Amino acid sequence: MGLTMAEKTVGKPIKRTEDPRLIQGLAHYVDDIRLPDMLHAAFLRSIHAHARIKKIDVTAALKLPGVVAVYTGKDTQKIGAVPCGAAIPDMKTPEHKVLATNKVYFVGHPVAVVVAETKFAARDAVDLIDVDYEVLPVVTDEEKAADPKSPVIHEQFGTNIAYKLTAGEGDVDAGMKAADKIIKQKILNKRLAPIAMEPRGVVARYFPGEQELTLWTSTQIPHLCRTSVAVMLGMPENKLRLITPEVGGGFGSKLNVYAEEAILGWAAMQAGRPVKWIEGRRENLQATIHGRGQVGYVEIGCKNDGTITALRYNVFADMGSYFQLLTPAIPTLTGLMLSGCYKIPAIQMNVVATFTNKMSTDAYRGAGRPEATYVIERAADLVAAELGKDPVEVRRKNFPQPNEFPFKTATGLFYDSGNYQGALDKALKMADYTKLREEQKKARKEGRLMGIGISTYVEICALGPSSAMPAGGWESATVRIEPTGKVTILTGASPHGQGEETSFAQIAADELGVSVNDSTVIHGDTAVVQYGIGTFGSRGLAVGGVAVYMALQKLKTKAGKLAAHMLGVDAGTVKFADGKFTSPAALSKQVTIQEVALSAHLAKSLPEDMEPGLSASSFYEPKNFTFPFGTHIAVVEIDRETGDLHFDRYIAVDDCGKQINPMLVHGQVHGGICQSFGQALFEEVVYDENGQLVTGTLMDYALPKAAMLPHFQLDSTETPSPVNPLGAKGVGEAGTIGATPAIVSAVVDALSPFGIRHIDMPIKPETVWQIIRKNSAGAA
Amino acid sequence: MIPASFDYIAAKSLDDAISLLGKHKDDAKILAGGHSLLPAMKLRLMQPKVLIDLSRIKDLSYIKEEGGQIRIGAMTTHFQVETSDLLRRACPLLPETASHLGDMQVRNKGTIGGSLVHSDPAADWPAAILALDAELIAKSTKGDRVIKASDFFVEMLTTALEPGEVLREIRIPAGRGKVGQAYMKVRHPASGFAVVGVAVSLSVDGGKCQSAGIGITGVSPKAYRATKVESALKGNALDAKTLGAAAAHAADGVDVNSDLYASADYRKQLAAVYTRRALETAASRAGK
Repeated sequence: MGLTMAEKTVGKPIKRTEDPRLIQGLAHYVDDIRLPDMLHAAFLRSIHAHARIKKIDVTAALKLPGVVAVYTGKDTQKIGAVPCGAAIPDMKTPEHKVLATNKVYFVGHPVAVVVAETKFAARDAVDLIDVDYEVLPVVTDEEKAADPKSPVIHEQFGTNIAYKLTAGEGDVDAGMKAADKIIKQKILNKRLAPIAMEPRGVVARYFPGEQELTLWTSTQIPHLCRTSVAVMLGMPENKLRLITPEVGGGFGSKLNVYAEEAILGWAAMQAGRPVKWIEGRRENLQATIHGRGQVGYVEIGCKNDGTITALRYNVFADMGSYFQLLTPAIPTLTGLMLSGCYKIPAIQMNVVATFTNKMSTDAYRGAGRPEATYVIERAADLVAAELGKDPVEVRRKNFPQPNEFPFKTATGLFYDSGNYQGALDKALKMADYTKLREEQKKARKEGRLMGIGISTYVEICALGPSSAMPAGGWESATVRIEPTGKVTILTGASPHGQGEETSFAQIAADELGVSVNDSTVIHGDTAVVQYGIGTFGSRGLAVGGVAVYMALQKLKTKAGKLAAHMLGVDAGTVKFADGKFTSPAALSKQVTIQEVALSAHLAKSLPEDMEPGLSASSFYEPKNFTFPFGTHIAVVEIDRETGDLHFDRYIAVDDCGKQINPMLVHGQVHGGICQSFGQALFEEVVYDENGQLVTGTLMDYALPKAAMLPHFQLDSTETPSPVNPLGAKGVGEAGTIGATPAIVSAVVDALSPFGIRHIDMPIKPETVWQIIRKNSAGAA
Repeated sequence: MIPASFDYIAAKSLDDAISLLGKHKDDAKILAGGHSLLPAMKLRLMQPKVLIDLSRIKDLSYIKEEGGQIRIGAMTTHFQVETSDLLRRACPLLPETASHLGDMQVRNKGTIGGSLVHSDPAADWPAAILALDAELIAKSTKGDRVIKASDFFVEMLTTALEPGEVLREIRIPAGRGKVGQAYMKVRHPASGFAVVGVAVSLSVDGGKCQSAGIGITGVSPKAYRATKVESALKGNALDAKTLGAAAAHAADGVDVNSDLYASADYRKQLAAVYTRRALETAASRAGK
């Protein structure tokens, strides 16, 4: 009464509170850590893709002034293997030592490390290490690697096949038999480099008295990395403090544990001085994980009315030469998502995962799901083309209805909630689809090549229930209200660009009736923050944010009890709104949350059995994944003379459930679509037949830049997730999952008058021009 | 990304630079804007022992009209060329070319002279300099030497500069009649360098082409003048048919590059199409 409702912040496009320090260059990354007496490390990396190391001579390097030590694989034998957290039945796991010992397996494979007084001396010394290699035959193609005649990379296995796996449910053979049409297509998802703006970097410091090692490293998973590195170094986990200062992007590439992290810790212990290593961009392209890497064969059966009866996907998945943290698991995510947003009664994926003389693959934004979405969306287009139907019609025909959720797929998932028709309808309306198709007809009459591409996608987020995860799928949060009323949030979901400092503060603001600026979100220091899992798999908000919400509920319960005590009323009568506790039993009185917090700390008068302080923690375990979805539409016009692609319009309607901060959602979708344009049109990690990395610098590896991309017309629908109390689903990877098929589909559609039904990515102008040329020769 | 060790000397004057170059000879490299040299050094593709920096020399950075020519100091930045009122009026091809070059950061630091001397086969400036029939003034202890643009680019990363010479000025003859110019480029999606870059300068009198300069970069191991295209235009009316027929000769007689992004066949096609489009734009500008 008489009180104004405090304005809710959840759902509002609030500017990121972390941005001012980032924009002004005031943030601290690993490279900003400068310690007294700090040494510098540089790595000698293999120049060959496959070779036996006959001899390493470090004499000259050791003589260089400023060089403190040079270590090779022989010196680092006591460091444990680089871990792989994923397990597939009967998979072959090569022991992944931190430095190459007998053989090198890929260009960039670390062979030796120099520790020196300056980074210049360290780098100069690398050139003075003499390695005598016996060059061995190479295999780089993931499909050829499975051929018994190919050179074997890990001799002890006698094969390059890391594992074979069949997944899926339903009778695919029967589904194919029941089909009126069966369409087959080879589909490539080539290797991509994640290219975080900040490369990797590590600073290590050891205090021998305390026996305490501190590692500053650029990672998405501080606690998991701490546990792993402690095991590798054979030290108690609680003597290793791992700190992630500002992390300049990860895209999955820092959801890992790398050899360099353990080597730096070990080197600091050997030297008794801090040691720093900052990855160069060339190293980043060679020796930070790559993503994707699938040669697939899709087979889809359908009825003449467009109903899909069965789907089979046989795929060669490129592991690279070693397993990194999740390498073998990525194709299993592809298998889970092959149903897309369609009712497909029978699905089967047959994976042949192979070792190749290349850097390991692992999670890159989307991690297995963009591959699945690309396969099923291309397949849906192929069905439409085969039946002469509009691609929209084929999609509608196979959508589950909104009342069919939770919807069980033949890949064993339960989709939580969805309204695929709603997102599709909205996107079609934004695009004015009917008119677009008319324009296309007109364009074709004029000899112009115009294409419209559609992708209706669903993805899997909020990874995830612990039962489905290698090392815990929960997330932790602690919320404290300090004596002055300021709110401190400790999250185990260590963000690296997602804006969680803002969105988590918004959740706290609305729950506690405080302002966004009253909260500080602390993350990424294992000595300060309770154990957590990390930020990846679009889980930061939909799992980590929910943990914050849960902790806030516990905190409010305690605060309510104390407030009742302060108001002299029964706890059951207390109401909390806008930061104030009131009770109908004491109408003239109120206490604020800040007053309660101070009282909890002063502890002069607490209810019986109540402990002082105002703090609560949650270790939140999600019941299920969440399944965001949406529709993306791309419109392209092709320059007939050059094959240039002009994307005139790009429309995306994404549904990520309840949005905490629509500006962050937009940012995520924007970034994701950019990287989708990258995969669809520009990006490809190329190794030549000798295993040399051809795209070894950003002068060769084409990242999409703003000027190369169209304007994005974005909107959303909001179908809350029943999985968590926030109703949020996650949006970190939606763009890279939903957009790629739409972009490719548009180009294919533009070229469909030539009978084209599929083109492999990246679609370069020359490829398009060759198609036009081949088909125009002799034409009128 | 860490270069090998080197010495750095800031030259006080051009003569100082020339004398330092004489002293250190092959051990030395001249440092202008550093946008080609320093990346190469960071990758250790180049490891000069001495860098002689020209950036403190004030009188190497200018754009002026003198003796019926436009004169540009070798240390003039791309940005200064791009934003020069004098050039926008008297030789708009140069500002237009500059606007296609690298990005804002590169244009702020990189210099026209540094780029020309580097002679990257996909750089933008060589196309414009060839189209404009420019002269390059190299100075050594023996004094100035004038090198015609068409003689300057010898092969990939090699120019006609002699040991001990420093490029100090670029001279552009003033155009006669109604002049129309254009630069058009296919940017490599990673590097931003020209997959194909075509610079055109046409002068038109009485509806007929009096002179045509066409420089093409990115297509071949060195930038070249498309002389067959030029001769197909001279004396003719610049109608669509003439321009199209002339442009078809864009890559005649040159070795055409092939790489991951564009095969020789495709590059040839791009050269012809972009030459025609640049000619059409230049012809239309001449008509206005």
